[in-house]
Amino acid sequence: MRNKEKLVEILLTLIGLSSVTVLGLIILFIFKEGLPAFAQVGLWQFVTGTRWSPGKNLLGILPMIAGSFVVTAGALVVGLPLGLGCAIYLSEFATAKTAAILKPTIELLAGIPSVVFGFIGLTLMVPFIRNFFGGPGFSVLASALVLGIMILPTMVSVSYDALRAVPPVYREGMLALGSTDWQAVKMVVLPAARPGILAAAILAMGRAIGETMAVIMVAGNSTIIPTSFLDPVRTLTSNIALEMGYATGLHRQALFATGVVLFVIISILNLTARVVVRGKTR
Amino acid sequence: MNAYTTSHRSKKEDRIMLALLRLSAFLAVAILVFIVGYIMVQGFPVLNLGFLLSSPTKMGREGGILPSIVGTVVLTLLSAAIATPLGVGTAIFLTEYTREGTFSKVIRFGTESLAGIPSIIFGLFGFLFFVIRLNMGWSILSGALTLASMILPTVVRTSEEAIRTVPDVYREISFALGGSRWQTVTSVVLPSALPGIVTGIILAIGRAVGETAAVIFTAGSSLRLPQSIFDPVRTLPVHFYILAREGISIENAYGTAAVLMIAVLLVNVSAYLIINRVAARRLERR
Amino acid sequence: MIYSSKPVPTKPEQRPQAGRYFLRAFPVLIFIMIALSAMLSGCRPRAQTARGSITVAGSTSVQPFAEMLAEEYAGRFPERPPINIQGGGSSAGGRAVLTGAAQIGMLSRQPAEAEKELTVITIAHDALAVVVHPQNPVHGLSSDQIRAIFAGRFSNWSTVGGTSERIHVISREEGSGTRTAFDELIMAGSNVAARAIVQDSNGAVREAVAQDKNAIGYISLGLVDNRVKAIEVDNVKPTLANCRAGTYTLIRPFLFVTKEKLSASGQAFINFVLSDDGQNLLAEEGLVTDNQ
Repeated sequence: MRNKEKLVEILLTLIGLSSVTVLGLIILFIFKEGLPAFAQVGLWQFVTGTRWSPGKNLLGILPMIAGSFVVTAGALVVGLPLGLGCAIYLSEFATAKTAAILKPTIELLAGIPSVVFGFIGLTLMVPFIRNFFGGPGFSVLASALVLGIMILPTMVSVSYDALRAVPPVYREGMLALGSTDWQAVKMVVLPAARPGILAAAILAMGRAIGETMAVIMVAGNSTIIPTSFLDPVRTLTSNIALEMGYATGLHRQALFATGVVLFVIISILNLTARVVVRGKTR
Repeated sequence: MNAYTTSHRSKKEDRIMLALLRLSAFLAVAILVFIVGYIMVQGFPVLNLGFLLSSPTKMGREGGILPSIVGTVVLTLLSAAIATPLGVGTAIFLTEYTREGTFSKVIRFGTESLAGIPSIIFGLFGFLFFVIRLNMGWSILSGALTLASMILPTVVRTSEEAIRTVPDVYREISFALGGSRWQTVTSVVLPSALPGIVTGIILAIGRAVGETAAVIFTAGSSLRLPQSIFDPVRTLPVHFYILAREGISIENAYGTAAVLMIAVLLVNVSAYLIINRVAARRLERR
Repeated sequence: MIYSSKPVPTKPEQRPQAGRYFLRAFPVLIFIMIALSAMLSGCRPRAQTARGSITVAGSTSVQPFAEMLAEEYAGRFPERPPINIQGGGSSAGGRAVLTGAAQIGMLSRQPAEAEKELTVITIAHDALAVVVHPQNPVHGLSSDQIRAIFAGRFSNWSTVGGTSERIHVISREEGSGTRTAFDELIMAGSNVAARAIVQDSNGAVREAVAQDKNAIGYISLGLVDNRVKAIEVDNVKPTLANCRAGTYTLIRPFLFVTKEKLSASGQAFINFVLSDDGQNLLAEEGLVTDNQ
């Protein structure tokens, strides 16, 4: 009996370490493959170089870093107001019945596979952008739209929960003071729900910056630093997925090094996010 | 500025904002519903039993998608089977076997960091570690282990939340009756938390079903019907990606996407129904 | 001890039935996990697994043709071990053979330094076609013009006799067999412009060109269909006959690579590919083979 309890405890401790172990293995393997590229190209050279031409040993990923940031920012510009607006409407203005139907509908749609979003973008958005705005159609704009729509479910459902968590007394107090519905939302509900809304935005951002297949399909994947919304663009994730299958030697290491850079950027974003959310909660 | 104009102006602002909010809600729902509808409408014509139950020929230009359906189901269930004991075990450990401290912080940090890692990184890792280092080749097993690592944080988080909602009184009664810690966990805590745990697992499965980037690097893209978990497989999203991307057959691509979408929706609806039942029961108890 | 007769604080009807099974299963699941991990570290399942199936992995350019061959092979010899065809890319294929994850690798470029120790078998040659939208009035270009277009020096179709529209250059990702061949055969040391759109497969390039009236790209001749137009290069039509006659020179090899010691069943598949039947099949799909 005693022994069994002890055994269970040891087992559970080991199991508890599983996610840390996986994380450790991921870091170990990706870094082990990628670090030689830093050594050879030079870390600074690698992240600030503007030319990516592995055949000529030109390995600079600044265009992809810029690409990831621009596309993610674009996705937030599209998805954030739309998602937050939808969440505010559902939580503050819609009838209980409407909210009860729409909220789960949107959450169900979170399950749409990303390749489907990418393909819709490729068949509908890319030609539309080419015909109405010019350029090749594969563009920052197309990627931002596709990713912006992709992050909608996360954005709506997490910020809805945050808004719902604001005690009704807050609203009632404002309304009693003679404010309009929107004033109550603007002055009391939104500030109170801010940490949750921030968390939603951060989750959405993480999803956008990490997305691969959908972006490959619509972004065009040129290795230039985009100067217009109609320029094609390549993100860090697509750089890896595009070329990994064919890369050898230094080229291959440079792709893993791209993975390392992506990993570091995401870790920094997550840490900042955690600090920000914690700061706002106080 | 007197009181009247202020309220007049704010009434106007109220109306405009409400209209904008309503519009954004409408747009958000409309876009997402349109995407599902578009895929269903385009995919519907090729959906029949023959499509579901036959193997593809001519690279998928003709024939059905049976190997991909089988592969997706086996791969996803296996990944859930691997992630469940690990994830639920971690949650039990965090809630029942340790106090908040450095150790639990490390575990929590590991889980949260894992949740933030993009799927492409999991794909690279799975390829280096499972496919090459452990020499499992492109196989259902490699893919399932990679997906299991990916959905592990979801299972941990949802299980932990579910277990935390079990009232302490339950545990105290069990202890008072002489139950050991593990007995308390198995006969009191887990049964009460089970619906929440199951929901979490189903949601994780929903994520695993639609995953492409991590799977294409680890489970491969073979069109053959897998005979064992050591065989490679082309899952539905990968098959869709290849068919649509290479322009092999747009009709079959839509058909595949429709099947995939129905599967994902079914999985998510079942999770939703469980959540609802649990919520209803909680209310009854009160 | 008194495991199941233990009083439970929840009312019986509130306790989900499935719970009991789950609880019984839980230790078992943990056991399976441990057993599984022990198995993984102990016996390492080789690529040659169920019924000794053969894994062929590598270039996505060769993949569709290999899938055709495998399908035909399975139809003719149902008793023989099945063939799994994987994509992943030339390099992934070479690596897979070196590490034993696959028996046969598919390359659409010459073997790299690390792959030199492998046995190389040429299964066919593939012609590269330069393709434009069917409505594009341009019917042919010189290799110099193509180079100037892909290097970004010519950016308007009117420069080469087309309408006054911006040229949208569509290329393949660096390292791919198709891109490497194109770099060698056309670019001759010049770089493909960084602005060029990059797609990750020949099929994707074809789709992109078929969508865009101002696009130009290059794909396997076998993939050309009526949605795109293959143009003359240096006044030679890209046809199989011209390839065999040696007048159309945008040609690259499709290779199989294996370790020196290949299993009998792997060799049997290669023999089929090199047989007249196999070669005819490849020729029907638009590849250049020696037997015609």
